Amino acid sequence: MAEKKQLKRVDIIFTEECNFKQVLSEALQRSDDEIIQSLLDSGLRGRGGAGFPTGMKWKFTAQEEADERFIICNADEGEPGTFKDREILFKVPYKVFGGMAVGAKVIGAKEGYIYLRGEYKFLLDDLQKQLDDFHKLLDELGLDFRIHIVTGAGAYICGEESALFESMEGKRGEPRNKPPYPTINGYKGKPTVINNVETLVYALTICRLGAERFKSLGTNDSRGSKVFSISGDTPIPGIYELELGMTLENFVEEFGDGDTKSVQVGGAAGFCVPRKDFKDTIIGFEGVPTGGSMMLFNSSRSMYNVIHNYLEFFEEESCGQCTPCRVGCQQLLLGVEAVKRGDKPISYLDELLKLTETMKLTAKCGLGQSVANSFASIVDNFKEEMIY
Amino acid sequence: MSNTQQMVKELVDKHGNDRTNLMAILQGVIDRERSLNDEAITEIAREMDLSAAQVYGTASFYTFLDTQPRGEYVIRVCRTITCDMKGKREILHMLENLLKVNVGETTPDKKFTLLETNCLGWCHKGPAMLINDKAYTELTVEKVKDIITEIKHNS
Amino acid sequence: MINLNIDGIDVSVEEGKTVLDAAKKINVKIPTLCFHEDLCIAGNCRVCVVEQEGAKGLIASCAMPAHEGMKINTNTLKVRRSRKHIIELLLSEHNADCTKCYKNGSCELQELANEYRTGNQVFLDLVQEKNYTIDQSSPSIMKDDSKCIRCQRCVRTCEQLQAVSALAVANKGGEMKISSFFDKPLHEVVCTNCGQCINRCPTGALIEVNNIEDVWDAIYDENKHVVIQTAPAVRIGLGEELGFNPGARVTGKMVAALKRLGFNSVLDTQFTADLTIMEEGTELLTRLKKALVDGDKSVHLPMTTSCSPGWVKFIEHTFPEFLDNVSTCKSPQQMFGALAKTYYAQKRNLDPKDIVSVSVMPCTAKKFEADRPEMTDSGYKDVDYAITTRELAIMIKQAGLDFMELEDNEFDSLMGDSTGAATIFGATGGVMEAALRTAYELVTGREVPFENLNIQPVRGFAGVREASIKIEDPVDDWKFLDGVELRCAVAHGLRNAKELMTSVKNGKSNYHFIEIMACPGGCLGGGGQPIPTNQEIRDKRAAAIYEEDMSLPIRKSHENPEIIHIYNDFLGEPLGHKSHELLHTKYVKRERY
Repeated sequence: MAEKKQLKRVDIIFTEECNFKQVLSEALQRSDDEIIQSLLDSGLRGRGGAGFPTGMKWKFTAQEEADERFIICNADEGEPGTFKDREILFKVPYKVFGGMAVGAKVIGAKEGYIYLRGEYKFLLDDLQKQLDDFHKLLDELGLDFRIHIVTGAGAYICGEESALFESMEGKRGEPRNKPPYPTINGYKGKPTVINNVETLVYALTICRLGAERFKSLGTNDSRGSKVFSISGDTPIPGIYELELGMTLENFVEEFGDGDTKSVQVGGAAGFCVPRKDFKDTIIGFEGVPTGGSMMLFNSSRSMYNVIHNYLEFFEEESCGQCTPCRVGCQQLLLGVEAVKRGDKPISYLDELLKLTETMKLTAKCGLGQSVANSFASIVDNFKEEMIY
Repeated sequence: MSNTQQMVKELVDKHGNDRTNLMAILQGVIDRERSLNDEAITEIAREMDLSAAQVYGTASFYTFLDTQPRGEYVIRVCRTITCDMKGKREILHMLENLLKVNVGETTPDKKFTLLETNCLGWCHKGPAMLINDKAYTELTVEKVKDIITEIKHNS
Repeated sequence: MINLNIDGIDVSVEEGKTVLDAAKKINVKIPTLCFHEDLCIAGNCRVCVVEQEGAKGLIASCAMPAHEGMKINTNTLKVRRSRKHIIELLLSEHNADCTKCYKNGSCELQELANEYRTGNQVFLDLVQEKNYTIDQSSPSIMKDDSKCIRCQRCVRTCEQLQAVSALAVANKGGEMKISSFFDKPLHEVVCTNCGQCINRCPTGALIEVNNIEDVWDAIYDENKHVVIQTAPAVRIGLGEELGFNPGARVTGKMVAALKRLGFNSVLDTQFTADLTIMEEGTELLTRLKKALVDGDKSVHLPMTTSCSPGWVKFIEHTFPEFLDNVSTCKSPQQMFGALAKTYYAQKRNLDPKDIVSVSVMPCTAKKFEADRPEMTDSGYKDVDYAITTRELAIMIKQAGLDFMELEDNEFDSLMGDSTGAATIFGATGGVMEAALRTAYELVTGREVPFENLNIQPVRGFAGVREASIKIEDPVDDWKFLDGVELRCAVAHGLRNAKELMTSVKNGKSNYHFIEIMACPGGCLGGGGQPIPTNQEIRDKRAAAIYEEDMSLPIRKSHENPEIIHIYNDFLGEPLGHKSHELLHTKYVKRERY
């Protein structure tokens, strides 16, 4: 039986640091190995959704032979239902900068970038001001490091790390073949650490509070807490930092409207969990992982409309380069419409499910691979809604 | 030198002619002109030693780098799931009525373009929309009326 | 070496090789579509997926480096099912009306569909959903998006090999497509018509504008006298379409076939290739004299060749400031055309209006060249139709000829004689070599100082090659060249051409003479040549060209008896009045973007 936790609100990410200069200075004084070790000990995994251990990422990048290395903050938060990074950048941007500075010191980067999604451009002026202050602080602390903010221009796929590099290089945001991975071949072909906004703040926090404090939260596979973006049919939508490892039942008790029929965990690329599975579903890497997006649907919602909406999204936001994703998304969208209209028999849904299996196995990047998640979980669990 | 040439030149001087600066330059044109026309793209291509098709291909990848003519105010209503659930359709209808255009169209006075867009990251405060770079959230039909009236009034 | 196991078979490959390379080594065939030997890896079609033990999903074998200890299975249930799905997906976005397609029978997608017996269409037809139009604006290339499978081979070709990027990927998602700038007609953009994209397109999305029916009509028209000229590279490529292995020399069979098809006269572009050497060589020497002796600052050096119409259009777009550096000589095709309706007509007592002049070329840009408005110095359209090697092969098949068994035949005379120097026009460096063989001898009275006349430094496939020849002890007329080091450079593929011209532009090189061919490998790798073309095949074609050169009795253009004759009889002298009228041309500045 997997370890379970009770829902618990936590307050780490948004806590103001009264003496940030000291926090940063102390963090920067620790040795690189020490920092990497405490990240590894803490069990921190990437908060963007994929969950790669942050300490490993830093370690691998630091080990690469290179004349130049970069650290990049992935603020291309585009997953439907996710909006926590915006809030973090709005409220505590200096902590994000701080996490980047520590990472830069560890891997030996002189330049860092924040790739801010175009939809959040309104944050830019204020961010830039705070960044200027931060740079002054870095000068005082004697760290040779500069952060630049670049903005995206409306492309979900640029949240995929290699697509993000391509975009930064002035190209179409098309994911690259992997391997090689960013730790070896990232921005401009150089070793690159790319972390989610939230991950960077946790990394800084771990430097400050130590691995143990972080590790005391969460479960074996999912250490620590996480910022959740909660929306849909809930009386209290918003941003909440919660300990990882709670069950979905627990979550719905707190955030549901009493009539929750399903929860989309992890955005359109994640899984749709039906009521019957709430009890046994743990939110975390051992159960259903999420980059933070939690969308609740009550019984008034048509799950056909939900999946149709996702498919429209994917059909448009696929970069279009690989066959399974480009053509697969179009086929799924038109396919569910055809079944709904009665132009295709119910059994066609099974063909489409098989297709998502292929997409999962063969798509070039996470986008195409993950369309299967929501499609299968919705079509399997709400088949009647696909037809009637 | 035409105005477009002048503008592109300034942007390239500011950001540099390396391809890594292409996004910033394209966005610079959008900030000023709201869309990328034939001339702007060829000028960028010339300044950066790229082909016009490459610049066009890159621009057309990004939703916000419009290659179709756009109005002074580009309205992008979020159509992703939670905004859809919270009444995006009414908002869109109201905008269509107010502006007398359909989604995808620009008003004849070139003032407004009405578009739909994918998740804006305001799911807890839907329905949401962007007008140029500014976000408007928790929209109601009334609120939309006021916003449009105010823009019309101010310009 | 990296050791891995594929389908139970151990295999070792060098580091950096892919799983696909390793599979090839042990003769395990993995299907591919977006992969092409000449191009960088895209890994986007996903047809080549295989299963790697321990990996979560399937891997694209073309893009996956071989690792030590990898265990790969290329034929599992998962692989088969996925691969079939992918082929079906591609078919669903592809206008699969195969019997009406020009590429019917030579389409890589069709071949895969056949292999996987994708009989029943599982998925919805997406082609109907989209409003596709066919771009027929170009005289050389037809683009039909309804047949495009977005493998991006054309885009990579246009960018990586040619540095033209007339084609790029536009839009995203379901709207993603291969597009010119703002989707303008190809005729209106920077496309050089080189046809390298056609040569790499796996389907019928990019094809040559074919003139097969036009040529048949002319042949069957009793009032017309149809002459055909054959480019050097055709005779070493054509065989590949008709049962021979790459590198087969089929000159005699080609001539026999053309006669059987019913052409009234089968002549040789190589005749005008020799003529080009006379004109261009004289032009170069004249420019050198003006520059070196007369100190004429208005003389433009380096002089570049002008026989590749892809190159000509490229320089017109890209380096218009260098148009005066381009030799004013028409290409051999166009010299031939102008002479066919003047000299040939006169000698044969024909009314030029009754002559239909056809060329068979390894090239699609020749169609554009033939259509250039200035190419009418005979008073008529100098070349009526330029067909590609592939089109000729189709005609031969249509005529039911057993090509492999044909008895060799000889070119007709009057513009049918040629030399080895003309043959090597078909390979990159060949024009340079031919020019040097003649120019050096004219200037010094001695043969070029290379064994067997083979000027090795300008041969091979390095992107840019340089050579210099010191002129010593010249004959009296050329005394001013004594001690001059004639500096030459050769580039093939427009990316290399661009690099070379950029160095000239930046003052970083000081050549006298530059040969440029638009296509990788020169004409032997032309856009109109048999598909596939890749480095291995180009190597074989080149070897065949040099063998052909060695096999000919005369190997220097100025020794071609018909050339000597035409100057005595018709043209007067190189760069003479008549030459200027018929054999030289001018260029136009075109928009860079």
